[in-house]
Amino acid sequence: MLALEISNLHKTYANGLQALKGIDLTVEQGDFFALLGPNGAGKSTCIGIISSLVNKTSGNVEVFGHSLDRELIKVKSLLGSVPQEFNFNVFEPVNEIVTNQGGFYGIPAKVARKRTEFYLKELGLWPHRNVQARQLSGGMKRRLMIARALIHKPRLMILDEPTAGVDIELRRSMWDFMDEINRNGTTIILTTHYLEEAERMCRNIAIIDEGSIIKNTSMKTLLKSLNSETFVLYLKNIISEAPELSGFGKTLMVDEHTIEVEVPESLSLNDLIQQLDTQGLIVNRMRNKSNRLEELFITLTSKAEKLS
Amino acid sequence: MSAGNYWIAFQTIVRKEILRFSRIWMQTLIPPVVMVALYFIIFGNLIGQRIGEMDGMNYIDFIMPGLVMMSIITNSYANVVSSFYSAKHSYYIEEMLIAPIPNIVILLGYVTGGVVRGLCVGIAVTIVSLIFTDFYIDNPFTVLIVAFLTAFLFSLAGLINAVYANSYDHIAIIPTFVLTPLTYLGGIFYSIKLLPEFWQQASLINPVLYMVNSFRFGFRGVSDIDLSLAIGVILFFILVLFSICMILLHRGTGIKH
Repeated sequence: MLALEISNLHKTYANGLQALKGIDLTVEQGDFFALLGPNGAGKSTCIGIISSLVNKTSGNVEVFGHSLDRELIKVKSLLGSVPQEFNFNVFEPVNEIVTNQGGFYGIPAKVARKRTEFYLKELGLWPHRNVQARQLSGGMKRRLMIARALIHKPRLMILDEPTAGVDIELRRSMWDFMDEINRNGTTIILTTHYLEEAERMCRNIAIIDEGSIIKNTSMKTLLKSLNSETFVLYLKNIISEAPELSGFGKTLMVDEHTIEVEVPESLSLNDLIQQLDTQGLIVNRMRNKSNRLEELFITLTSKAEKLS
Repeated sequence: MSAGNYWIAFQTIVRKEILRFSRIWMQTLIPPVVMVALYFIIFGNLIGQRIGEMDGMNYIDFIMPGLVMMSIITNSYANVVSSFYSAKHSYYIEEMLIAPIPNIVILLGYVTGGVVRGLCVGIAVTIVSLIFTDFYIDNPFTVLIVAFLTAFLFSLAGLINAVYANSYDHIAIIPTFVLTPLTYLGGIFYSIKLLPEFWQQASLINPVLYMVNSFRFGFRGVSDIDLSLAIGVILFFILVLFSICMILLHRGTGIKH
C-alpha cells in the first residue's frame, strides 16, 4: 500500500513563483524516504501541501488512499509533521505544548498526559517539562517538535530538517530514535541538508530541484550510479607535484603530503595504492573527500541548473 | 474523528485561551477595571453630579451599563485579535491547522475564549461599579443574553481583524479608529433623544447603540431602542461576521500560502 501518492502537483504562489511544476511522487508504506533538494527547490512547499498548510494550485495528493481534497480530516489524522521553523508558543511550558497537541487531535487529557510523559522521556526532555519552551536550546526545541508530532501516533511522519542545528552526538541519538519509530511501522519522509543522514537512514530517495523531481529511486540504485569517488590520501613522503596515475581521474596535489584522487568505478583502491607503491609513495591515511550522496547530489542538481 | 474528539479539541482551544489571558492578568484583567473605575469617578461622580438626571435616573446609574458594555466589547475583541494574530505571527496557529479540527471548532474555540474574557472583565467592572452605584438589575436574563451576544460578536470581529493583520500595528488600528468612536458614540454617555433629529437617525446605523441600549434596558428597564429590534440587529451582525470568518478560515486567508 502507498503511504503517499502525489500526482501532477503544481503550486504557483501569488507573486507568480512557480514552486512546483507538476511533480509525481510515491512513498511506500513503512518506507524511510528522503526528499532532498537545494534551498528553494520546492521541498517545503511540497511538505506544506501534504500537511495542508499550503494551498495547492492543482494536482492530487493521497495519504494511505485518502484524498487530501475529499477527506482532509482523515488525512490530517494520519499525518505527523515536524516543520523546519519552530512553530510553538515559546511562552508555554513544554509539557503543555505536547499535551495540547493531543487535545487538538481529540485525545482525552489523561491519555495525552501519559503519552506526553513517554515521548518527553524518550527524547530526554522530561526534566524540562515545566519550563517555558523559549528556555530550551535549539536541539531541545527540535526534539520538542518531534514529541509533539508523535502524540497522536501518526502513520506517516514528515520530518523537515529535524536535526538542523543539532550537535553530532544528539543527532546520532535522534537517528536511533527515528529509526525505531520507522521500525515500529511509521512511514517517514525526511528532508535534510545532512546527506550523510539521508544515506544512513533512508531506503528510497527523491531529489527535487526547481520545482521538479529530477531523481526518484532507491538509495542503493542511486549510489550505484556514482561513476567515481574522490579520495584524499595523506602520504608519508614529501612530494613536489601530483603523481601520474594511469586510468584514474583528476589527481591534485593539495600540499606536500596530501593528494586528491578521483577513483573511477572500474578501478579499486588496491589499484591506486599499488600504483602509488610502484612510485615509492606510502599512504599513511585516507578518507572520502565528501559523502557519496553529496557528490551525486551536487552532480544532479548542477546538471539540472545547467539544463534550465 | 467523532463529535467527542471535536469536543476535546474545542475544550483544548478554550482552555489554552483562558490560560493565556489569565496568566497575564495584570495586562488583561486589571487595566480595564482601573479605567472604568476612573470613568465612574470622573464622569459619574464629579461631572455627573452637575449633569443631574438622564432618562429619569442619576447620571452615574445611566452610564453604568454602557461602561460595562464598553469593557465587554473592547476585551472580547482584544482577546481574539491579539491571541489569533500572535498564533499566526509566531506560526503556532499551524498546530491547529495541521490537526484534524474542522474550521468551525477553531472559530468557536477562539470566540469562546474572547467571550469568557469579555464576561470576566464585565463581571469585574460590575463589581467595581457597586462602589459608586446601587446594584440593581431590572431584567437579569436580558443582561446575560446581551452581554453574551455582544462578546460573541466582537470576538468574531477580532478574528477577522487578526486574519488580515500583517503587523502588531494593524491589530491596534481598528480598535483605535473604529471601535472606540463607535463605542463612544453608541449612547454610553448620553441618550440619543438629546440629539437633533438628524443625528438621532444617524446614530441608528451604529450597531453599538443597539447593544448599549438593550444592555441598559436589562439593567435599568429603559432604552432608546426597542429590545427585540436591538437583539435582532446583534444577531444579524453575528450571522454576517460568522459567515465571513468561516469563509476566511476555509480559504486560509492570511494563515495559509
